[in-house]
Amino acid sequence: MAVAIVKERWTGQVAEMNMGLEPNALKVGGESTLPFLPFEGGCPNKPVVGLEVLDMEPEEWPETLKIQYGDALTDPAAWARKCVDFGADLICLRLISAHPDQKDTSPEAAAATARAVAEAVNVPLVVLGCGMEEKDAGLLAAVAEALAGRNVLIGCATPNNYKTITASCMVHGHNIIASSPLDINLAKQLNILINEMNLPLNRIAIDPLVGPLGYGLEYAYSIMERARIGALTGDKMLSMPVICFIGSETWKTKEAKTEDNQEWGEQARRAVLWESLTAVSFVQAGGSVLILRHPESLKQCKTHIAAMTGATK
Amino acid sequence: MELIGERINGMFKDIKEAILNKDAAVIQYWAKRQEEKGAHWLDINTGPTVSPEEQPAVMTWLVQTAQAASTLPCCLDSTSPAAIEAGLKVHRGQALINSTSAEQSKMDIYFPMAVQYGARLIGLAMNEAGVPKDAAARAALAMELVVNADMHGLAMEDLYIDPLVLPANVAQDHGPEVIEAIRQIKMLASPSPKTVIGLSNVSQRCNERRLLNRTYMVMCITAGLDSAIVDMEDDLLVDAAAATEILLNRSIYCDAFLKTFRQR
Repeated sequence: MAVAIVKERWTGQVAEMNMGLEPNALKVGGESTLPFLPFEGGCPNKPVVGLEVLDMEPEEWPETLKIQYGDALTDPAAWARKCVDFGADLICLRLISAHPDQKDTSPEAAAATARAVAEAVNVPLVVLGCGMEEKDAGLLAAVAEALAGRNVLIGCATPNNYKTITASCMVHGHNIIASSPLDINLAKQLNILINEMNLPLNRIAIDPLVGPLGYGLEYAYSIMERARIGALTGDKMLSMPVICFIGSETWKTKEAKTEDNQEWGEQARRAVLWESLTAVSFVQAGGSVLILRHPESLKQCKTHIAAMTGATK
Repeated sequence: MELIGERINGMFKDIKEAILNKDAAVIQYWAKRQEEKGAHWLDINTGPTVSPEEQPAVMTWLVQTAQAASTLPCCLDSTSPAAIEAGLKVHRGQALINSTSAEQSKMDIYFPMAVQYGARLIGLAMNEAGVPKDAAARAALAMELVVNADMHGLAMEDLYIDPLVLPANVAQDHGPEVIEAIRQIKMLASPSPKTVIGLSNVSQRCNERRLLNRTYMVMCITAGLDSAIVDMEDDLLVDAAAATEILLNRSIYCDAFLKTFRQR
């Protein structure tokens, strides 16, 4: 007796987002099926993997991570070039120095840094604020203006500051990241609010604020699955590609920060595994843009994606 | 939950006059209006005053006129196969035929027609013997519709079974039987056939019609109802449908759920 391949008849699809400029533009999303199931729908684009660049030398990073970038840690443009050399599909610039608890860098100075990074590399950019909602509204507006026309992914917008950031993205031709704390209802509502300002649905990325392995990964995993199934069954307000900030979360864990010991073994190996395992889990859950910190995790994550999409190594 | 707007029906005075005077504006007003209110389909019924010979031409005109003003697909509502076919010929998108009964002679006409035009089909759980008296008799007739869909190659998701709702004042005992029938119909096949009711029937000549309609609709959705022919002017009815979708976890909650339901 022949075995019939069971295929789900999906009615919706994930919106396709363009990032960056030709000839180095990237497309993400566009799937009309679950992750890596091309036999029942379209998977036009692979997940993309980027590395993080900070606008000031990171104090908290463990030595095993810092050593990868060496002197470049003090120069965001050089750091970004190094990331591209490591094979990053895109650069994620995080303007942490703008935080009042750090250097309280002015929006103008931060925007200048963003422009310097944009000019140093030719891959698409993600630019993030400092994480303080009030400061980020003005900061990201300045960044959007300084990078006008470069089609950058800017974030993160929250229910408290999305209006200014959305307006800037519309005027200057950027995409926006909508952040919601592991809550699919809030994610959907924020997408509606942003879309009501007339920013098209394919210019919004969902940031579910993922937790790393051992620290709430399952919550984000199931939310991402639920969003994907929503998109495939016709819920347009959940049909956006998902961005996962994995590096910043992973390198806060004690498993990544604790030095070599008998119980957990070698730190260098353990930390990279912690980051790449988190990343491949979210790739399976439907993540489209993965932001990491360690070049070896980047390599392993890209190897996994290549294997899943059937590309030869 | 798919809502089928009932308003373009020759039983309403303004529609009847619009048909007689070929007044497109009235038809288009109701097509647009029901779409704005969140309808997924427009029921199109020529009404009792149009003679049998005229019905195909009137159906053609109604479908073309309605679809010129609205992007919605139509639910072609007539007892005349010629009128249904005339509507199918000019219809844009996937139409819904309303309806066949479980009489073999009718099923032999409408199932091939639905397949030929790529349309969906409403099947009434009744035959020449009339409306069944309980849930089991309704489910038995539904099974005949399911078998005929299978025989003719109509996808089960494209078959909408109507267990026939009767007014609460004169046929009160049918209310719970229909709910039970919906539950049973959803288990007749996998994937299951869809279900539909003519909701406003439940409150014919009753007091507090809208309250009865809304309440009964929610009860039926819980039992597995997929669609209903309804009065789209009842905003609270549409709100109740949206809320039921949320409470049954059929669509993901957000604060603007009333709005997103109407936008789908």
